[in-house]
Amino acid sequence: MSKISDLDIIDLAGTRAKGARPYYFNDPDSDRLLSIVMAVAMEHAVTRQRLDALERLIEAKGLLSRQELDDYVPDRAAEGERGVWTQEYIARILRFVQQETETLRDGVDVDIHAVQDELR
Amino acid sequence: MSKQAPPPSWRHVGRHGVFPQGKLDDASRFDFLANMNRHLATRLSPKVRESFEKRVAPRTEQALGRPLKDRGEVREAMAREPIYQMWSALRRTTMEMRQQAGRAMVLRQLEPLIEKARALNDAAVTLQLDPTLEIPRTACAVDIHCMPGGYHTELVEDDITNGANYDAGIFATTGGMLGRWNDGGGQALAQWLKQKYPAFKPRRILDLGCTIGHNVVPLAQAFPEAEVIAIDVGAPMLRYAHARARSLGVENITFRQANADDLGYPDGHFDLISSAMFWHESSARSMPLQLREIYRMLAVGGLTAHLEQPQYGEDMSLYEQFIRDWDTWNNNEPFWGVMHDYDVRQMVLDAGFAADKYFETTVAGVVDREVFPVAESNGEDYGRAALWTMFGAWK
Ligand SMILES: C[S@@+](CC[C@H](N)C(=O)[O-])C[C@H]1O[C@@H](n2cnc3c(N)ncnc32)[C@H](O)[C@@H]1O
Repeated sequence: MSKISDLDIIDLAGTRAKGARPYYFNDPDSDRLLSIVMAVAMEHAVTRQRLDALERLIEAKGLLSRQELDDYVPDRAAEGERGVWTQEYIARILRFVQQETETLRDGVDVDIHAVQDELR
Repeated sequence: MSKQAPPPSWRHVGRHGVFPQGKLDDASRFDFLANMNRHLATRLSPKVRESFEKRVAPRTEQALGRPLKDRGEVREAMAREPIYQMWSALRRTTMEMRQQAGRAMVLRQLEPLIEKARALNDAAVTLQLDPTLEIPRTACAVDIHCMPGGYHTELVEDDITNGANYDAGIFATTGGMLGRWNDGGGQALAQWLKQKYPAFKPRRILDLGCTIGHNVVPLAQAFPEAEVIAIDVGAPMLRYAHARARSLGVENITFRQANADDLGYPDGHFDLISSAMFWHESSARSMPLQLREIYRMLAVGGLTAHLEQPQYGEDMSLYEQFIRDWDTWNNNEPFWGVMHDYDVRQMVLDAGFAADKYFETTVAGVVDREVFPVAESNGEDYGRAALWTMFGAWK
């Protein structure tokens, strides 16, 4: 038996249950993807709840009302910065799509196996 | 569908001396999961049925040239239905997330939790563990309901991880329907006994497969004079159960690690033998054995009573059977379907009980006003007072 301090609790928390897992979709990759997306969705809700708690605490302390927050209008400079952030954010999430479409411009990509042979 | 209030937040769960401490993010995770379950049950699940009725059944029956003949055929046909695939995949992954959320919360505070349990258990004679007990295949062939490590696995000395994780998540999984202490079934049984058989005063009570004692504590409270024995095979469950009961001020339960196949008590020893959600985790070999053990250990005039999910039976539609059987195939409940097909009445009679002493009934829970402070607008609390199927017999 292990000592508590030796446990890898991140690994143990996420460990699988014994018993072969069923896959549901026609392509098991969809099961994989859905599981990841749902975990991210949950963590997004967790963040949103944390933010909500923060807002309510700040309001309760009289520092800011949530009305003020909801009515917040960024000035032009802030608007620009927030827009850039949003663009970057979307691009990060869609990096894979971007990279796949780059082949339209660049043509068929270099075959790594061919390069291996070439440099062998 | 009328609009329902969201399930109560996890922060209303009852907190006893070994209940893991949840932070804001833990509560948010459980609240997300409770709402996911609600969404799947009330919004998506009716569409699964509709897809069967409108698409899958007509198409399949046309191809077969005859009506679907059993739930296995329904399952096979539904496996290709996209709405069902999505619903099942979401259900499965939600359960996996629930396990991870609970385990992460518990493991992070394992040391103080074990210390608290040790302090409460304190070498008490009412906690009887047997490290030599062989864990039956029924409990270890797979990890039942996708709970990693099952009921029995011990990670460290004096481990309670899986007991604490079980306790922590059930409120979210059931949307608070079992009350703050998740003991609605045991409360319903205790109330049924008091109302229906006020003269019945069991002196010795045995509870089979008690897990962390959720449903045996209300019995022990209802009969404070009684000596209660609660057995299970899982040591982490029993340690946690004992500490939990102690911290709730309940001292008349002995938690014992033992196999229900063979308990060794004298004939006629108990006046009441109960179980809650136990039989579907037994086996075709053990269930008749265990029922005979119950008959043997029960005193003449004694009662055995078992809370379970409803049996399928011939008048249950194939679709209903198929949906209720989901856990057999998708939630590591290998005996679930077999058990729910049984003629339990016949099995109880085969164990020795007289036909006129057998009963089946439903018992209703009491709505926990600390969890649901206001009645529904129609004042009826429809759907909140949970119902349990119960079968049993007098000896
Ligand atoms: C679904 S749980 C029961 C829940 C619990 N009675 C309650 O009301 O919360 C089933 C329990 O039965 C136990 N079990 C399974 N087979 C057993 C056996 N042969 N003898 C004793 N306990 C057993 C498992 O370890 C598990 O804790």
